[in-house]
Amino acid sequence: MGSYLVRRFLLMLLTLFGISVIIFTLLRVVPANIVDILFDSAGMVNPADKAKIEAELGLDKPLPVQYTTWIGGLLTGDLGYSYVSEKPTVEEIAPRIPISAKLAILALIFSVLFGLPLGVISAVRQNTTLDYVLRVVSLSGLSLPSFWLALLILMFFVHYFGTIPIYTGAPETWWDELVLYSIPAAAVGFRSSALIMRLTRSSMLEVLRQDYIRTARSKGASENSINYHHALKNAVLPVVTLIGIEAAFLIGGLIVTETVFNIPGVARFLVEAIRWRDYPIVQNLVMLIAVIVVVVNFIVDMLYAVLDPRIKYAD
Amino acid sequence: MIRCVRAFVFAGCLLAPLFAASPSLAEKSGGILRVIHRDSPPSMSIHEEATISTSMPMMGVFNNLVMFDPKQKQNRLDNIVPDLAESWAWDKGQTKLSFKLRQGVKWHDGKPFTANDVKCTFDLLTGKAKDSLRKNPRASWYTNLESVSVSGDHEAVFNLKHAQPSFLALVASGYTPIYPCHVSPRDMRLKPVGTGPFKFVEFKANEYIKVAKNPDYWNKGKPLLDGIEYTIITSRSTAVLALVAGKADMSFPFDWRIPIIKDVRGQAPNVMCEIVPSNVTNNLIVNRESPPFDNAEIRKALALTLDRKAFIDILDEGQADIGGAMLPPPEGVWGMPKEMLEQLPGYGRDIKKNRDEARAIMQKLGYGPDKKLQVKVATRNIPVYRDPAVILIDQLKEIYVDAEMDVVETANWHAKVTRKDYQVGLNLTGNGIDDPDQNFYENYKCGSERNYTGYCNPELDKLFDKQSAELDPEKRLKMVWDIDKKLQEDGARPIINHNRGGTCWQPHVKGVVIQVNSIYNNWRMEDAWLDK
Repeated sequence: MGSYLVRRFLLMLLTLFGISVIIFTLLRVVPANIVDILFDSAGMVNPADKAKIEAELGLDKPLPVQYTTWIGGLLTGDLGYSYVSEKPTVEEIAPRIPISAKLAILALIFSVLFGLPLGVISAVRQNTTLDYVLRVVSLSGLSLPSFWLALLILMFFVHYFGTIPIYTGAPETWWDELVLYSIPAAAVGFRSSALIMRLTRSSMLEVLRQDYIRTARSKGASENSINYHHALKNAVLPVVTLIGIEAAFLIGGLIVTETVFNIPGVARFLVEAIRWRDYPIVQNLVMLIAVIVVVVNFIVDMLYAVLDPRIKYAD
Repeated sequence: MIRCVRAFVFAGCLLAPLFAASPSLAEKSGGILRVIHRDSPPSMSIHEEATISTSMPMMGVFNNLVMFDPKQKQNRLDNIVPDLAESWAWDKGQTKLSFKLRQGVKWHDGKPFTANDVKCTFDLLTGKAKDSLRKNPRASWYTNLESVSVSGDHEAVFNLKHAQPSFLALVASGYTPIYPCHVSPRDMRLKPVGTGPFKFVEFKANEYIKVAKNPDYWNKGKPLLDGIEYTIITSRSTAVLALVAGKADMSFPFDWRIPIIKDVRGQAPNVMCEIVPSNVTNNLIVNRESPPFDNAEIRKALALTLDRKAFIDILDEGQADIGGAMLPPPEGVWGMPKEMLEQLPGYGRDIKKNRDEARAIMQKLGYGPDKKLQVKVATRNIPVYRDPAVILIDQLKEIYVDAEMDVVETANWHAKVTRKDYQVGLNLTGNGIDDPDQNFYENYKCGSERNYTGYCNPELDKLFDKQSAELDPEKRLKMVWDIDKKLQEDGARPIINHNRGGTCWQPHVKGVVIQVNSIYNNWRMEDAWLDK
């Protein structure tokens, strides 16, 4: 197990190095830099002023020098300054992370809370009216774009309640916060819950056809015991993998939801930073997301061993 | 023609009361005005930006020397009122402009405001200061300013190279606040310090901009509001719903076009909306250095195929204006009268006749149904540019031009057109103030940074200077009309139409007067109040 963990850790470092090279290169391949955009907002370009600002920001240096400067700073905890706000990158990113993290966790909780039990019910009641209804719901969850769903939710609230559940200021109590984030979390988590529901259903159906389930039934085990103790425990393994992948993909869903619900989270901030070619923000934020994804995947791998005792990570 | 000028001036006098703000009710103090902001501005420094995203929320933090009368809806040279300057006077030759400054005015950090601050501001704008602006988008406004001299703490004298009556209008613009000497340009981008009715509190990118009442404001009793919160809502659908649901008091000015305004009125009939000209034009830019467009005839053909009314009907449901370079009357002060406009090539109502003429030109140059001219129409990748570009491409087909849209990433747009890396383009041009000096020098003078088409007519440059120095308003107006006529005849930058924009607010918002010929002025907000 110990040498496996070391190997995984080294692989994680290699992955992060690869990501750092890719994000650095991609940002430079995209046309225009922050100075072009600053001048674009002024409707003119003054070559002398442009060169001066590029020199101030170090954008005139060779790319390898720019890369090593960034990585060197990252390793020593110096994330640099945002090109746009001219504030330290940490100051810009840090307050936004908890907002998106809360939203993502709520969305994940929503998708598991709804997806897993409904998937089980759908499988257990296969080909009944309830199964058909749940399958239609899950299919619509996969088909509806989240921005459209989010807008529909807003319109519904405005029309029927005369209010709009968008972020216009930091919530004062944890309850306010829960109320504020639960609706966008539901909007972003709806797709994931549909995916989890469908995978749980198909996985459950496969397990329910196994011989050991028939054996359990013949021994007189109750349906609840069969479904939840024997079937679900074995059916949940691919669902855990999916939850791990969905956690990583949530950031994509958050971009749209944060924009529509006007939530000042890190996902929307990242898009704005890309638009402004704010390299320090984009590079450090993408690296942070990469670390989270790599760590989540690692945790999921470890969970396999917990859920299925047959899985062993050999030394 | 002189009779026409007189009639126009007379009509302007008659219309003036219509443009005046409605009489004030009993004003109430207190409350926070909640305004929707359309995007996260690049910085808080008005002098470094050329966007209403910065100037609108920051204008209340500052004062100018003078400003356009905030109670009038139309910005004109004859309705400029005192601000930090109590009075002003021209010398006989109108090359020296002296301002007597208000005494006892303090910056928000407590330091006294003096004439040196005026000098510092204009030294910064003309590149004579020790510090420099990161970018200076309105440097061309002050090319006639020789120097600013001070006499004691409360008098500043502007020494001009030649007479320029409009200099006062440039100083009155929302784009010309007075900056403090003791705060660096960098700090002004992040945490601006002004003398205005509101103190800057905080700007959080993508979240909000907050300003709070300045209790030590020199204009006693003002501002009436305790503060203003600009909530940044980038999704337009969300912004509309936020206003409809009463989560905001006011929309971002001029940001909503006709279909959105209709939607708002449908959902919330009590919300008040005003649609007025934004002094932003849709225009056709043609690169004169790129063959075959180095041929004046082909440029004329392109201008002749334009069906301006079709653009307006499709994009703005008929609610936009046809004009030349200057905003047309009655909202515009300097635009050509309709009857003069209709005499210009391509402006006549008979579109078929115009296009027959254009087709004849194209055929003479060797193009026809079997040999079409292949062109790329460059435009910026945002809807307000793309939508008219689609119509333009369709209209170019009428004269044997097979056009394809070249959508340019928005960040590259100005760099691309400045280096003239395009053939034909669909562009939008916003004017800081309704004044020929700003428009002609910025967009049409030989070598100007914003002269994207490369149009250069030395004779016209001389006329720009001549009109700029003309002291008689009537004579100047006529000169401006002649210049505008020549610009349109030359196809310098064919103007397709002048856009209109909508602003909406809740009925309890009072004292906000929307300007009809500039989107950049009158956002001081010291007279705004909430009737609740």
